[in-house]
Amino acid sequence: MSQTADMHGARTATRSGRRRFRWTFVGVLPFLAFAALFLVLPTLYLVVGSFQSKAGAFTLDNFFHLTSTYTAGAYEASIEISLVTAVAGGILGFLLAYAVIAGGLPGPIRSLIMTFSGVASNFAGVPLALAFTFTIGRTGFITALLMAVGINPYANGFTIYSKIGLELVYLYFQLPLMVLIIAPAIDGLRREWREASENLGATSAQYWRHVALPILLPSILGSVILLFGNAFGAQATAYALTGGFIPLVTIVIGQQLSGDALGDKNLGYALAIGMVAIMGVTLVAYSWLTRRAERWQR
Amino acid sequence: MTGEIDRLHPEAAVLSGPRPKPRAPRGRGRVAVSWIVLIASVAYFLLPLLGTLIFSLRDRPWYQAYSDTLADAQLYRAFGFSLVIAVITVILSVVLLVPTAYWVRLRLPRLRPFVEFVTLLPFVIPPIVLVYGLLTTFNAPPLPLTTSDLGANVLLVCAYVVLSFPYMYRAIDTGLRVIDIRTLTEASQSLGAGWLTIMWRVILPNLRVAILSGAFLTLAIVVGEFTIANFLARPMFAVYLQLISGNLAYEPAAVALFSFAITWASMGVIALIGRGSGRRVEITGAH
Repeated sequence: MSQTADMHGARTATRSGRRRFRWTFVGVLPFLAFAALFLVLPTLYLVVGSFQSKAGAFTLDNFFHLTSTYTAGAYEASIEISLVTAVAGGILGFLLAYAVIAGGLPGPIRSLIMTFSGVASNFAGVPLALAFTFTIGRTGFITALLMAVGINPYANGFTIYSKIGLELVYLYFQLPLMVLIIAPAIDGLRREWREASENLGATSAQYWRHVALPILLPSILGSVILLFGNAFGAQATAYALTGGFIPLVTIVIGQQLSGDALGDKNLGYALAIGMVAIMGVTLVAYSWLTRRAERWQR
Repeated sequence: MTGEIDRLHPEAAVLSGPRPKPRAPRGRGRVAVSWIVLIASVAYFLLPLLGTLIFSLRDRPWYQAYSDTLADAQLYRAFGFSLVIAVITVILSVVLLVPTAYWVRLRLPRLRPFVEFVTLLPFVIPPIVLVYGLLTTFNAPPLPLTTSDLGANVLLVCAYVVLSFPYMYRAIDTGLRVIDIRTLTEASQSLGAGWLTIMWRVILPNLRVAILSGAFLTLAIVVGEFTIANFLARPMFAVYLQLISGNLAYEPAAVALFSFAITWASMGVIALIGRGSGRRVEITGAH
C-alpha cells in the first residue's frame, strides 16, 4: 500500500516541475547539512590529509608507508582478531540461535536469550574489559579456581592481556550479535522444506547439506562479515583491557590522537582512511549477501 | 501431535502463531545438544558477571565497595552528565530524523536510497575515526569547537547523534512503513493542520514504539560510550569508570555491575514496549 503511495509521490514530484521539486528538497536539508558537517566533512579532512605530504603537496606516499612494519602489523593484528572472533562468534552464535529457535527448548528461553543478546551485544568497552579482568585476570576467581586444582594458566603462557585474551573478551559481544542477526534467517527456514526432504527420504544430514545450509549460507556469511566489521572498528574494549599493549589499528589511531605515535600526522590520516576502506568493503559485501539472502525470506 | 494437525490443516498452522516456527526436532539427541549449547553459552555469559560480583564483595566489610561507590560524588556527576548528554542526543536525533524519514517517504521517495546510505555511513566510519576527524576539523577556525567546554559538549552530542543514525533511522523508517502516512497527512491537512501539528500530533504518536526503542538503544550506547568521550576529554560515565579502574581496587567492580544493569534495563524496556507491536525491533548498535 505504501508502495503505491510512494510511486504516486514520485510522479507528482516529476510532474510539478523544477521549482516545486526544489521546495520539497528543502525538507531533507537539515539532516543533510548535519551529516555533512559532523560526518562527511571530518572524514574528508582525513581523506585530504592522507593524500598530502608534511609540506601539504599531493602525494601517495602515506599509503605506501602503511606497509611499514608497525602500521602493517597493526592492520594484521586487527584483521586477525576480527577474523577469529567473527568466525568463532559466527559459529557459536549460530548454534545458540538455532538451539533456542528450533532446538526444541521450552518457549520462554527464546525471548530470554534474545533480550540477553541485546544486552550483551551492547555491553562492550570498559565494563566488559573489567569484568573479564575480575574473572580470568591474575586475581580473577576462575584463575583462583584453576590454581586450586593445580593449573596455573599464567605460568603456562596464558594472559588475558594478549591476543587470545582479547579474542575471548570480544566473543562476549560478537556471539550475541550473531544470535540477533541470524535469528530472522533461521525463522525463515520453512517447515515445508524439511518435510518435503523427509518425504523424499532425506536424512537430517542430507537436509542440512542440500537444503538448509545453501539457503542459510548467504545470511551466515553476511552476518560473519558484519561481525568482522564490528570487531575491526572496536577500540574501547582493547584500550581498557590492554592499554596500548596490542597495537590494533584503532589503538594506534588512538595513540596518534593523544600524542604523535607515528611521528607523522599524514600517515595517521592514511591509517584511518585505510580502515574506512576496509569497513566500506565489509559493508558492501554484507549488503550484497543480505540481498541474496532475502530471496528466501519472503 | 500439533505437528500432525498443522500438516493436515496448513491454515491452522498459519493461524496458530504470528511467525512460522521451524518444526521441533523429533530426536531426543537434538534437544540434548540444544541444552548443552544453551548451558555452555549461558555459563560463558554469566561467569564474567559472577566474577565481577565476587570481586566487588572482596573488600572488608563485604559491602565496603558499594558504600564507597555510593558515597562517591564523582559517580553521580559522571552518570548525571552522561544521562543529560544521552537525553539531548535522543531529542536531537528524533528532531532530525523523524521529519527527514517522513518527508522522504512522502515526497522524495527517489532520495530514499541516498538518505539510507548516509545513515549507514557511521558503520563504515568507526567512532575512533570519527573522533579523529572531528578533532582535526574542529580544533581550529573557522569552527573552533574543541577549545571550550561548551564547544566540546556540542561536538560530543553531535558525534553521538551521528552514531545513532543507523538504528534510529531504521527504527523510524520501519515505523513509518506500517502507518499510512499519505492518508494521515491528507486527512490532517483537510482538517486544517499545519506541518508542525501533523508532526507533533499525528506522526510522532504513531511512531511511539519505534522512537522509544531507538531512544533506549541510543541511551544504552551513549551512557556506555568510551572512545569519543575519552578523546574529547568529556567526563562521561565510561571515562570515569576507566579512571577509577586505575586507582581503586574494588569499586570499579561495583560500578561495572551497575553499568551492566543500565544496559539490561534499557533492553528490558525495549523488549517491553516492542512486545505488543508484533514487530522485530532493532536492538543492537555498533561498537
